[in-house]
Amino acid sequence: MSTEAAVAEEVKEKKSEPLLSKKNRKLISNPLDIDNPVTVQILGVCSALAVTTQMKPAFVMSLGLTIVTACSNVAISALRNTIPSRIRIIVQLAIVSLWVIMVDQILKAYVYDVSKQLSVFVGLIITNCIVMGRLEAYAMANKPWPSFLDGMGNGLGYGMILMILAFVRELFGAGSLFGFKVFATLGIPYQGNGLLLLPAGACILLGIIIWVQRSINGYRESH
Amino acid sequence: MNFLRKQLDSVKHNFEKGGKLEKYYFAYEAMDTFLFSPNTTTEIKGVQVRDAIDLKRLMMTVIIAMVPCLIFGMWNVGHQHFLALGQPGTVGQEFWIGIIKTLPIIVVSYGVGLGVEFIFATIRRHPVNEGYLVTGMLIPLVMPASIPLWQVAIATIFAVIIGKEAFGGTGMNVLNVALTARAFLYFAYPSQISGEVWTFLGDGAKTVSGYSGATPLALAAQSTGNVVSDFNSFGAGWADGIYNFWNMFLGIMPGCIGETSTLMCLIGAAILVISGVGSWKIIVSVFLGAYGMGLFLNAVGSNPFTQMPAQYHLVIGGLAFGAVFMATDPVTASQTETGKWIYGLLIGIFTVLIRVFNPAYPEGIMLAILLMNVFAPLIDYFVVGANKKRRLQRATV
Repeated sequence: MSTEAAVAEEVKEKKSEPLLSKKNRKLISNPLDIDNPVTVQILGVCSALAVTTQMKPAFVMSLGLTIVTACSNVAISALRNTIPSRIRIIVQLAIVSLWVIMVDQILKAYVYDVSKQLSVFVGLIITNCIVMGRLEAYAMANKPWPSFLDGMGNGLGYGMILMILAFVRELFGAGSLFGFKVFATLGIPYQGNGLLLLPAGACILLGIIIWVQRSINGYRESH
Repeated sequence: MNFLRKQLDSVKHNFEKGGKLEKYYFAYEAMDTFLFSPNTTTEIKGVQVRDAIDLKRLMMTVIIAMVPCLIFGMWNVGHQHFLALGQPGTVGQEFWIGIIKTLPIIVVSYGVGLGVEFIFATIRRHPVNEGYLVTGMLIPLVMPASIPLWQVAIATIFAVIIGKEAFGGTGMNVLNVALTARAFLYFAYPSQISGEVWTFLGDGAKTVSGYSGATPLALAAQSTGNVVSDFNSFGAGWADGIYNFWNMFLGIMPGCIGETSTLMCLIGAAILVISGVGSWKIIVSVFLGAYGMGLFLNAVGSNPFTQMPAQYHLVIGGLAFGAVFMATDPVTASQTETGKWIYGLLIGIFTVLIRVFNPAYPEGIMLAILLMNVFAPLIDYFVVGANKKRRLQRATV
């Protein structure tokens, strides 16, 4: 597990490390490619299929998850030495749900229509495997600043896949981007592909993304 | 022939190791073995199976079995066209309409599908397999004649890449490739493959008065009284008795190009079974399952569709075509002999269930076969397990 290796490295970390050292930059860049939470760790797939029919909710969802992951990582990391390990999951859940409720309230206040579209999926960030996974695997054993970067990186990695999915699904499924009718404006007659708008189509698309990614970077699952 | 051989030999050195087109060796090899028998033979040492039947011959047998359906389908496309327009057409004219509507679909299916196969064979450096020969013919036969050609092309690309190459190519696919293509269109572009699209009318053509493009399946699903009397009274004035039982058995009705005629499918089934290519157990059990489920629904059902006599289920829609050509696909069907019975019976049962109880999907055979394709390995697993258990009890150690 690459995360375990990262944990081991972090333990030996020196005090006077620059804020964006090579190791810390890796925390952001790894989840974008070789350690992507969706395509490599296969986490958070449910919401990736559910909220990506249009780009706007997908964008808001990725933003929400990035904020929640990063902030909860910082909070848990700061508290990591005082949390009794027996009840750590419930403590983590409490902190995550605090952030989720805040994100949810902000969405309801400022972008109500998107909030309606995302419906339960914002609330379900609480149980999103990516958030829980990062807390358990990283924040519980690392300092706040690297934990923050790790949360940001994983949120962005998730967001990147969401945006790719939503781009293809909205463009070829409905012929628009962010609600803007692309093909109609260009004057190209285009018939939307209904399969892409179904969750099953998104699942196939996600499979294709994984296929392309693995054939580019040569990643193989170790057994 | 000699000329072709010479041409192939003259360019051969380009494709061999060290030649400038080395990358495309397998494309060349596919052309070569398609046209001529390969000049390599099995080594003398070792166990040998001496049988003329190889993958190419197997595939050709299936295509030959499909020819009756294809020829009949072509004629039927034209026949339905003239019926809908209310014009008399000679058999020649009817065939001609059928050919100009059907042939482009076949050409697109083969051209695109084999193109994808060649590309993958070149990238993956393996010989081009013959698996696509059958799929390429099955795809046109399960399309309506009015389907836009670009949709056939997209569906073919999708089916070959996602249905087959993603799993490792010919012989490794979980789902039937031709049905994957159809299912893709069914969910991606439903307006061109469901509803009243089965008869080719021509642009701006005026249909005969009283014309309706409803299929027997749609008619039965909408029926409020007696399904059989609805069938018999359908088409009054422009196509009397089009949905009579025997007319539907012969297949002179609207539908996908190859699926309408139960008789032609049975001829195909006979060819498959006699040549030993298709499993009779699957064919028989699909029909049995559908008939049994029909009888069961007759006994317990309450709406008009459930009261339709069970034998009608066997002649409407694509049940016969699916049972004979799709369910018997040796790659995706169950491999064990007991498993074949279970697999076929469940396909028949699910087909009728989907038809009768699911208003969103008027025809059930496609989804039933795809569903059972997924379950086929599981069925085999349990059959083998049961077999082991039985033999262990008998064993005396």
